[in-house]
Parts: sequence; structure tokens; C-alpha cells
Amino acid sequence: MTDTIQLAHGAGGRMSARLMDEVVRPILGNPVLDRMHDGAVLDTGGKIAFTTDSYVVAPRFFPGGSIGRLAVCGTVNDLAVSGAEAKYLSLALILEEGLAVGELVRVLKDVRTAADEAGVSVVTGDTKVVGHGSCDGIYINTAGIGEMMAGADIAPRNIRPGMEVIVSGFLGDHAATITAARHGLKLPETIQSDAAPLNGLVREMLRAVPEIACLRDPTRGGAAATLNELADQSGTGVLLDEEAIPVRPEVESVCELLGFEPLYLANEGKLIAFVPAEKTEALLEAMRAHPCGKEARRVGVVTDKAPGQVAMKTGLGGIRVVDMPTGSLVPRIC
Amino acid sequence: MGTDKELSLRLLEEIKRLTAGRERPMRLMEVCGTHTVSIFRAGLRQLLPPEVELVSGPGCPVCVTPDGYMDAAIAYAGMGDVIVATFGDMLKVPGSASSLAEAAARGGDVRIVYSPLDALAIAKEHPNKKVVFLAVGFETTAPTAAAAVLAAAQESVENFFLLPAQKLVPPAIRALLADEDARIDGFLLPGHVAVVTGSETFSFLPKEYRLPGVVAGFSPTELLRGIYRLVWQAAAGEAHIENEYKSVVRPEGNPAAQTMMKQVCETCTAEWRGLGEIPSSGLRLRDAYRRFDFSAMRPLDLPPAPPKKSGCRCGEVLRGKISPRECKLFGKACAPEHAAGPCMVSAEGVCAAWHKYGGGVFRYD
Amino acid sequence: MCLAVPAKIMDIQDSLATVELRGVTREASLMLLPEAKVGDYVLVHAGFAMQIIEERDMEETEALWAEMNGGPRTVNLETVRQGV
Repeated sequence: MTDTIQLAHGAGGRMSARLMDEVVRPILGNPVLDRMHDGAVLDTGGKIAFTTDSYVVAPRFFPGGSIGRLAVCGTVNDLAVSGAEAKYLSLALILEEGLAVGELVRVLKDVRTAADEAGVSVVTGDTKVVGHGSCDGIYINTAGIGEMMAGADIAPRNIRPGMEVIVSGFLGDHAATITAARHGLKLPETIQSDAAPLNGLVREMLRAVPEIACLRDPTRGGAAATLNELADQSGTGVLLDEEAIPVRPEVESVCELLGFEPLYLANEGKLIAFVPAEKTEALLEAMRAHPCGKEARRVGVVTDKAPGQVAMKTGLGGIRVVDMPTGSLVPRIC
Repeated sequence: MGTDKELSLRLLEEIKRLTAGRERPMRLMEVCGTHTVSIFRAGLRQLLPPEVELVSGPGCPVCVTPDGYMDAAIAYAGMGDVIVATFGDMLKVPGSASSLAEAAARGGDVRIVYSPLDALAIAKEHPNKKVVFLAVGFETTAPTAAAAVLAAAQESVENFFLLPAQKLVPPAIRALLADEDARIDGFLLPGHVAVVTGSETFSFLPKEYRLPGVVAGFSPTELLRGIYRLVWQAAAGEAHIENEYKSVVRPEGNPAAQTMMKQVCETCTAEWRGLGEIPSSGLRLRDAYRRFDFSAMRPLDLPPAPPKKSGCRCGEVLRGKISPRECKLFGKACAPEHAAGPCMVSAEGVCAAWHKYGGGVFRYD
Repeated sequence: MCLAVPAKIMDIQDSLATVELRGVTREASLMLLPEAKVGDYVLVHAGFAMQIIEERDMEETEALWAEMNGGPRTVNLETVRQGV
């Protein structure tokens, strides 16, 4: 095996086979993948959920994770917030000619670690190599199949006025970690990307409170985007309480320095839950017993006022709109 | 003593007491975009009595930057040997036909920086490219660009340049007050501009216009302290400059920053979007530093920016003559994702703030 | 265009300071504030320290409360005397 990726590694010949046999399978191998057929034959019971997502993050490695870890967590979490337990993943790699094989190995090891944490197997995949300059190192696509958890009925239409809004922990860690590095800010080692599989947390939540109306993971666009989508889809209003929103002081510092708001920062290991008010305490208790939900809080309520809008009660008692984010996150000086 | 929150609530009570029964609302203008955004984020408009009306002036340097400047920046970004370095705020500002974000999508090298020194570092990393820093901003930011120029001169970095469009706040305030319709009763003065200039810079307001001004900080409590002092002065029939941001604002400002700015820059007539040309309201590089001015080193022959036909009323918004909602385009033909005018583009822009935080007073019922 | 934040100077090398804001550190130039020392709290804007923060807030706030509670005018009295 060479030290760098070459176009021939994606050409389907002997080099491709060696990449599979010497790099990919030793890390990701399992009985289904090892059959090495064109398609994986899977055992599932009952209803399944199916999702896909592509990962193009730069830098590829960052405190708390890598593109490999994100590629597993993102897809597992999309299934989890649909009420499904992820079982099988596909993994498609688009590699840039000249990539160090050592980097690919690091990424694949992160895929394996995250997959083990989530209890999923990579059962099929694909590798393409593009010319130098045609992509930024590694792009990954994963698709996931999950089995619906018993009794889960999770959908925006279930959201009703009077319900309460819960977040599973500190917001903004992932985006703050990534953008801080880009702009010369140094964070203490305790602040890392929150990338984590949430299927275990969701399982515990549904076991304690099957009445959960809706779940979603606030990734790109942050909690502001997720809440606006859900307010719009459910035709209700969301009123947040600014003082209840959990944000680490270091993340607040990054926001102050670069002109961001925590509600607009992406998360990779958090979820937002909508639950009948009388079940809030039971749900919080179940969440706080799980490592991914230790800092879970109630942050707001669903109302019939201003349907489709997200508003926030400020520390002084004023109310302002929390709008949908527009465009990408760039630091401002104004 | 109590907490900040207790103090804020008490200040609100006092503001209500001092303005109760006024026939005409008191119009207080803030001339700092960061104030505009802080006011919205804290939901202050909703907490203030109807007798106090907060009006947003030309406080966002991005918003007052004319089309012609953006056209030049976009043209430079399209040149193969140029890297344009800019604060993130400028990325989506429309020029006559395009924006820097679009220039980047077409292959232009546009880098977002946090500091002019980051732009200087890019110049050192890429000696075969010309790095052009978009030097926009008011008195707060102008010394930082001047310092970067001095550092470049000292270290003999020959591929670092500015595209200067810095502006000064006091001449713009005078231009606003020259308009009889302005009807401003007092100014909430920009705290971070005053860090550099000192609070004395604004003494022309009481002396020449008999208007009060209060230098204010940016937290909700600091803003309320500023508003309270303005209301207090009005109630007592007084007009002074007060400083409610003494932790960082001295009467004389920051002398080192002023010296550096004067060493590198001189004042000039500048065009403000919405306000037109204002004498002595802009900064340009002095002859000794002219070689750092990319527009002088590589002049462009661009057609003058055509007048806007879109019906955008940013100019009147910036003068405090209309609120964004009175513009027919607001929220319809003009929204943050497809802005017709610059006030909607910058996060600090008056229209963007109104749009994002719920249009003036957001009645939640 | 005036986003600026308070931060503490942890270290100075030549005219470059390392400043800290609640655990987050960054470099800030002291070109515009040569008098700043390690341990000072400074206002940082666009990568430059702009001013040393003086903690005068306690007495100012006390005076403000006293005035609002019906006490005599003490707040910013010097500006009135100077008539600016």
C-alpha cells in the first residue's frame, strides 16, 4: 500500500481492492461488510427509518472529533430524532488524489469508534478518488437504516400550545470550537465539539416519557433554525426564556468576540424535545441520568400566540423575535 | 445596591416617571450599530414607555459605504494577483451589480479576517499576492488600520494595502442636524467611538445645537443608564454631554490611537450612502503612506455606480426620517436573504435589526 | 462597527499581548495602548487593546441609586459645572 491516495485507488482494479483489504476492512470490518458483495442483505423487524447526509467539514480534525465522527453521529442522530434506533450505515468516501493514507486511517478509526458507541455497523460503501484540487481532502456520505423504537410517534404536527421545550445540554460547543480555531482564538481543552450519537439518550427518553411530541437535533443554523422550522411546521409559536438557555461561559466569550449568538451555533450532539408540560420533570430526570443529557433544561413553552414564530423573553422581560438565520456564520466586527 | 436587573427595572420606572404626560414622544437617536443591535436583543423598545422613541441613525459603517466602493472591492477581488481581506460584515453588501460573496463564488480570493493584523499576516504568507484590506469603520476601527499600515511600513511588507473608506461620526451628526425635519431631542453617543475620540468630541451638541448627549455602553443596563440621563436632562431643561461609560471612556480618549491615526490619515470629503457627500467626514492616507492605498496604486476605471431604482429608502432610514416599516420594500422585496439596500445586509443595519428582532416594538399577543 | 470586549492581559511579548476572556485566549496588539501591563483588564476591538478598563462602576452605581431614591444630584456633576 502506498502512502498517498492515487486516482487508481478509485478505479476499481487491484489498487482499489488493496485499499479495501488493507485499510478499510481491517478498521470497519464486520460479517455483513466482509461478504464484499455489491449490496448488503439486512435483517430488520417491523417499521424502518432511512436517512442520508453528506459531510464536508473543514478542518477534518478538530478538538472533540473529526469528519469521521461527524459522519456517523449526524446520521445516527437524524434517525434517533425520528424515533428510530440506527442499525446499519453505508459509507461513501470521496477522496482527493494525494491525501495521506495515514489521514484516511485516522478518519476511519473515528468512524469505527463512533459506530461502536452508537451500536451500528457499516455494512456497505463506496470509494471514489478525484483529481488533486477537485475536493478538499475527504468528503463522506453516510446513509442509515434504523428500526422504529416501540411507541414512538414523533412529528412536528404533534406539537401543541402548552407543551414545553427542552434542550439536552449546552448549546454551541461544536461551532464555537471550529470557528475559534479559524480566527486565532484558543479555547481551553475542556471545550470541544459535542459530536456524539444520541440514540442511547433518545431510547431512555422514550422509555420514561412515550408522550414526547417531537424531537430534532439543532445542527446547521443552530437552535434558532430548528425551532423556527418546527414553529412553522406545527403552526404554533415558541417562547424561549433567555436566562434558561444553557451556554458555557467560554462559548459566550467566543460569541462576544466574533459577534455571534449562541442560538445560531451548530451542535452535533444535542437535541431539542417538545413534551406535554406535566411530563417535563419526568423527562428531565431521565435525560439527566444519561451522559448526553446531564445539562438538560426546560428553555421555553409552546404558545398559540404569533404562530410560526420563535420569540424570546429577555433577561429584563422584553420580548424579541428569534429569526431564522440567513446565510453562513461569519465573524462581524460591527 | 442590587443587581443589574434590579437597577435596570428601577431605571425603567424612573424613565417612565420623568416622561409621563409628554405631549410629543422624545426622539433619541443612537448613532452606533452595536447600540441598535443591543437595543433589539434586549427587547428595550418594548419596555420603554411610548413617550420615548428610539431612532437609529447612520451608525453602521457597512450601511453607509457607497456602491462605488463595493464595486471597486469586487473588481479587485476578481484580479488573479489580489487577495481581498475583509471583516465578515462586508461579504454580502450589494454593489451596483454584485457582492463580494458572489465575487468569491466566481473564484475571487476573499478572506474573512477578525483584525487588520490578520490581513497583514496573510500578506506575509503570500508575498507574490497583493493583499487588500477593506478599511471601513468609524473612529474605533480607523486606528487599527493605521496601526497595521505602520506595522507594514516598519516590517517592509510591500504587498499589504488598504482600500480606505473610514468615516468620522461627528460630521455625520452635524449633517443630520442640518435637516430641519430631523426632530432629534438627544443623542445616545457611541461608547466605543468615544473610547478613541474622548467624550469631549461631542461637546458641539450642547454648545451649538443645545442638545444633550450621553456616551453609553452596550449592556442593557448601560443603555438604560444612558437613556435615563437623556430623559433626566430633558426633564430638567438641560443640555450637556454626560459620560455613562467611564470605565473605558475618558474625556480625552486614547491619545496613542489618535496620534497614530493622525500620523497615517488625513480627513477628506466622503460619500455616505443615504446622506451624500459630507466635507471632512472621511479619512484617507497621507502622502507619506499613499503607497499603501490600493486605489492609488492600481486605479480602476469603473463606470460611476448607477443610481438605485429599486425604491429602497435606506437614505431616509439612516437619517431617522422614516422607520424601516414605512419603506414599501421592507420584509417583502427586501429581506436579509435578498437585500435591496445595505441597511438590510449588515447584521448591524437598522432594517436588518428591525427584521431580525421583530420590527420595532414586537407586540407578543 | 464597534464590537469590543473586555479581556485580561495574561502575558506580553514585545507589543503583543495574550488576552483572556472567560477561558478563551487570543492575541491582541498593544500598539494603540502601550501603557497596558500584565494583569490589566482592557477593551479589545479588531485585535487591538483600545483602553484600560477602570473599575469605577461601584461608586457610580451607588450615586445613581441615591439620586433615583430622591437624594441630591451627584451623578456626572462635574460635566454640569464645566458646562460642556
